[in-house]
Amino acid sequence: MILDSWGRYPQTIATVLEPLDGPALRRLLKAHTSEGKIIPRGAGRSYGDSALAELVMSSRFLDGFLSVDSDNGIIHCGAGVSLDTVLRIAILNQLFVPVLPGSKFVTVGGAIAADVHGKNHHIAGSFCDHVVGFNLLLSSGEAVYCSESENTDLFHASCGGMGLTGVILDAKLKLQSVPGVFINRQSIVSENLASTFEILEENNTSTYSVAWLDCLAQDKSLGRSIIFLGNHANNPKFETKIRRGFNVPVTTPGFLLNKYSMGLFNSSYFNFKKLLHKSDTVNYNSYFFPLDNIGNWNRLYGRDGFLQYQFVVPSETALKSITEVLKKVSAAGKGSFLSVLKKFGKANKNWLSFPLEGYTLTLDFKREKSLFPLLDKLDEIVLRHGGRLYLAKDARMTESTFKQSYPNWEKFLELKKSIDPENIFGSLQSDRVGLTGEKDRKKKDRKKA
Amino acid sequence: MRILIIGATSAIAKATARLYAETGAELFLIARNEARLEQLVADLEVRGAKISGHLSLDISKTIGHKKALETALNSLEKIDLALICHGDLPDQAACENSFKMAQKAINVNGLSTISLLTIFADTFKSQGFGSIAVITSVAGDRGRQPNFVYGASKALVSTYLQGLRGVLLPHGVHVLDIKPGLVDSPMTAEFEKGPLWSSPELVAKSIVKGVSKKRLVIYAPGYWRLIMMVVVSIPEIIFQRLKF
Repeated sequence: MILDSWGRYPQTIATVLEPLDGPALRRLLKAHTSEGKIIPRGAGRSYGDSALAELVMSSRFLDGFLSVDSDNGIIHCGAGVSLDTVLRIAILNQLFVPVLPGSKFVTVGGAIAADVHGKNHHIAGSFCDHVVGFNLLLSSGEAVYCSESENTDLFHASCGGMGLTGVILDAKLKLQSVPGVFINRQSIVSENLASTFEILEENNTSTYSVAWLDCLAQDKSLGRSIIFLGNHANNPKFETKIRRGFNVPVTTPGFLLNKYSMGLFNSSYFNFKKLLHKSDTVNYNSYFFPLDNIGNWNRLYGRDGFLQYQFVVPSETALKSITEVLKKVSAAGKGSFLSVLKKFGKANKNWLSFPLEGYTLTLDFKREKSLFPLLDKLDEIVLRHGGRLYLAKDARMTESTFKQSYPNWEKFLELKKSIDPENIFGSLQSDRVGLTGEKDRKKKDRKKA
Repeated sequence: MRILIIGATSAIAKATARLYAETGAELFLIARNEARLEQLVADLEVRGAKISGHLSLDISKTIGHKKALETALNSLEKIDLALICHGDLPDQAACENSFKMAQKAINVNGLSTISLLTIFADTFKSQGFGSIAVITSVAGDRGRQPNFVYGASKALVSTYLQGLRGVLLPHGVHVLDIKPGLVDSPMTAEFEKGPLWSSPELVAKSIVKGVSKKRLVIYAPGYWRLIMMVVVSIPEIIFQRLKF
């Protein structure tokens, strides 16, 4: 079937395997290894090609819980369980998920493989910092338990390892106790980028913080934003509220999103929020997952799909480099619906994890030919300032960009060779960035011979 | 709510059980595969269900039915809902060429359910309340060339339910016929999926709603009622030439 991920670019023809449990997964793995590379896939919520390959091992039916220990806050579940479900069960036990990304529909397996982060990275770190351990099925068919103390290298390689070390079968997560599931939200308006940075720095102790940027604003207003701070409200009512959202039923024509409509959206959103009350208490769903309320919002970008460009730059040069990026984007007349700026805390020990201490900016772009040269230019800026791109969003970064910005790639490759010498696991992305490619090369060599 | 689920590890049953689990329901589960059944028990407990018991049983062998249902009844005491979800999609061509295969398919999808319903009818009559919900299929509405053996066995159950509904009405027992359309589940893993396909989770939502509103026949999702109305209204003289 034709398969793509959330950005709907690129597309590939893939065979999707949906094992019902661990033993079935092992059987499928054995039966299909000769047909091409296999990549584990959760909800398909990564944006580019990190969950695309000739063969896709879906965790769709690995969606059961194994146990919950509410006294110690540890939940054990299959890799295919969504964070939405984990969150509902956590709340049932008066607990909360310590790290939540922008969508609750991602799976636990996917969250580990991409070592996702949330609006509290500056305090809580990323998702894998709360993973007690997981069972990983290796290319040999053997399942091993990985944690900070057991198979430590494999643990640090697999957390953020984009599924290249094997298939996560199930995982134990450490949940967190919170005073309540409602969020006291404070919205602060900032008129330019420097003040956005200042406000984020000043509010470093706020549990959650994120800035929505009007990326089309220029000159003096460049980087004007609304900063949303959040803290758990003291409210003993632990309940899940289901919101009935809006769904985008069909793919809308891509031309509807152009620089004029986006400019209009950005400036009216900015001015609208500016008028609204500055602080309120909201349901966790509306604070963490505003976009989940619009089902299939990726369809708004049209048939050609879109690219999400997320990079991080170290604190020292962040203001300078982000100004440079915003100027480039604005000069190119390319708009982005959602531009989100977030301050990261310290990096963790995982080999290919994205976060490092500094600032991360996320921009959405409709896919069009003229976009790619712009993104290449942005890559230069990011690399020059010691930053890097997020693998879970990426669909185009070059091998050299990747290897320059992820210093542990050699260590990763060495481990990969020892546990998966034939590159049974690999994705379109891992081939592109030079983490797996040898299997193809060998095949080609054979053909030549 | 005290619920008995037969064929509990099927995708639709599992999704439905999960919805009830989050409301704190008490469940008794019957399914064939012991290992998967045990996994499901653990899963539902985490989700908030009270599992009063579980039993692994091959439903196609009607001989064990009575004893199994007695065990379930002993454990649940009263049953608010009995949900029958077992079934298997047979190979149509194989069934056409071999009566043995057809018989097997009709037994699994039709007769074994009738056996369960016979026992349920008694239990529910004496209990004087509750719902019996059975998953049949839109395939039972009309015999189509690609799957009429499956369709015939489901039609058998649907027709049986129509009569049983009347018999149980004076006893305060509600009978629900659930007709799912194309569902993307392990049973249909071999099929290319299109826009008409829906998820087991969506079907499960329809089931929970149908039970609580005491509906008599539901299509899941609802738009299948419209599709089947059209399919049923095609004159036989034309229909005989249709291959879909």
